[in-house]
Amino acid sequence: MTTAHTLHAQNLTVGYGTRTVVQDLDLRVPMGGISVIVGANACGKSTLLRAMSRLLAPRGGQVILDGRAVHQTPAKELARTLGLLPQSPTAPEGITVADLVGRGRHPHQGLFSRWTPADDQAVADALTATETAALADRPVDELSGGQRQRVWIAMALAQQTDILLLDEPTTFLDVSHQLEVLDLLTDLNRSRGTTIVIVLHDLNLAARYADHLIALTDGQVHALGTPAEVLTEETIRAVFGLDSRVVVDPTSNKPLMLPLGRHHTTVER
Amino acid sequence: MTALQALPRTGISAAEIAGGRRRRTARRRLVVGILAALIVVAFVVSLCVGQTTYTPGDVLGVILGRDIDGASFTVGRLRLPRATLAVIAGLCFGIGGVTFQTMLRNPLASPDIIGISAGASAAAAFAIITLGLGATQVSIFAIVAGLGIALLVYGLSFKDGVVGTRLILIGIGIAAMLDSLTAYVLSKAAQWDLQEASRWLTGSLNGTRWSEVVPVVIALAVLAPVLLTQSRNLSASQLGDDAASALGVRVEHTRIIVIIAAVGLIAFATAAAGPIAFVAFLSGPIAARIVGPGASLLIPSALVGSLLVVTADFLGQYAFGVRYPVGVITGVLGAPYLVYLIVRTNRSGGSL
Ligand SMILES: Nc1ncnc2c1ncn2[C@@H]1O[C@H](COP(=O)(O)OP(=O)(O)OP(=O)(O)O)[C@@H](O)[C@H]1O
Ligand SMILES: [Mg+2]
Repeated sequence: MTTAHTLHAQNLTVGYGTRTVVQDLDLRVPMGGISVIVGANACGKSTLLRAMSRLLAPRGGQVILDGRAVHQTPAKELARTLGLLPQSPTAPEGITVADLVGRGRHPHQGLFSRWTPADDQAVADALTATETAALADRPVDELSGGQRQRVWIAMALAQQTDILLLDEPTTFLDVSHQLEVLDLLTDLNRSRGTTIVIVLHDLNLAARYADHLIALTDGQVHALGTPAEVLTEETIRAVFGLDSRVVVDPTSNKPLMLPLGRHHTTVER
Repeated sequence: MTALQALPRTGISAAEIAGGRRRRTARRRLVVGILAALIVVAFVVSLCVGQTTYTPGDVLGVILGRDIDGASFTVGRLRLPRATLAVIAGLCFGIGGVTFQTMLRNPLASPDIIGISAGASAAAAFAIITLGLGATQVSIFAIVAGLGIALLVYGLSFKDGVVGTRLILIGIGIAAMLDSLTAYVLSKAAQWDLQEASRWLTGSLNGTRWSEVVPVVIALAVLAPVLLTQSRNLSASQLGDDAASALGVRVEHTRIIVIIAAVGLIAFATAAAGPIAFVAFLSGPIAARIVGPGASLLIPSALVGSLLVVTADFLGQYAFGVRYPVGVITGVLGAPYLVYLIVRTNRSGGSL
């Protein structure tokens, strides 16, 4: 059961070279639901996900999964519980969809161990869930951006982790495909109980799909709570430096953010 | 672990996935089998055929230690060590080359293009011609130089991560410098010897002795299994460092093991046979064409390398009336492919 896990960043400090990106961050990731991380470009969202999944060693503090620091957990063991789909993965030239999705089974396989029926089942399920089954034998380089994105998600699903972190899985997708991906992740969360953490730029989609919304500024958690608690005009001003109106979305009863630019605005800023 | 409850949509079954995978594995096995058989044939032919031709029976007799008039010397002392080195060095070049190409995600990033073979060759030429050392010391010289050059090229091209094209261009520059170093060492040699020169500049198997073959066999027996254990990690790291780490690959760890093992294989083979031109560079792409995408190329590429060297050496000796060293033949094959790759990179808007 996924709610049996705990994932907790304590006093986490991470950076590159001489610069610190995330400073003394504390975050207890809510388990069993969908958490969406929002924040301005370069505020450290990807950096936080990379630190949580052992890709970046912390300068200070630690990330604790089930009572154990992730940097002390063997890489493959961690990869069976916690998955990450990075912002820009690369597909090897000519690889087919089924093969790429099969790479998701890596943490479940030994050095020379043979491919098991469980591996095949996981790949089949992942292709089916992402509706990419029809593409199984196609080379990934020949797919459209949206199809490719779903294939990468399928790879992450084939990893069968209880916690899945996704860094901007909806970039390159048109609005209906964005919804499709988020619906798919919601299905996964509801049917398997997978804890899902997504970085998103579209605040309104974030508010609609998040059980928990996390707003980051300058490598710090500015606010964490339900969309109604977090997506307020004050928070948006603090996090994005943007004036806006927040109303209730009649189609979902979630908050809906209407940005106020310098032009084309009929209300007072 | 929770099993994914198949959502009721148009899907694919595990059996279909398994079927597709089995077809690919079967194709790979077939390719490996055919390549291995071809190597055996080429090996036997190059033992039997030559100025004087012996029957396979005679050759087998010599291998089993029987004393056969004429054949014992020609086959046992001349052809056998030479053909064995051709097979073994080809395996080393093939597997070492594809390892680099896979790791750096670029077919141009093979050790014979980016200066590693050139470094090993310059060091070996220096150790033999200037210092007069024996086979073991020569191998040590070559591997230290190969690793040193690998580090140097990597270090010089490092700036917020290593960009493939920068590494390749720096490697090509360093390779050119090392080639001129080799030429300098050769020009200072007491007795100028064309055979020796062609060995260190393009690779040659002329006058191979068992004492030169043995270190390469040992290197292959030790280092090839090390590379094979990294095969899956290497495939996963093709997805990019982040995605690979997220799949549980220790990327840096894998990279270090793989570089040391591949450079070791290239250096040992080069210390014995010289930098046989373009074998490391050609084997991987040829293997990829035959095997198809997605499969691990380490073994197919090793076999392609071996077949290339054995065949090219045989052709070089007997096909043209004049005897050419093996590297001249492989060079003629490889150069057009190099030009093709560079043209293609330019067309596709690569930054090369
Ligand atoms: N590999 C790296 N080396 C050096 N600096 C980096 C590296 N990756 C990110 N940074 C820097 O760290 C800061 C935070 O980057 P990060 O990728 O975490 O931002 P982000 O919130 O994900 O932004 P975006 O919304 O644009 O994806 C940025 O200033 C960026 O320039
Ligand atoms: Mg990012």
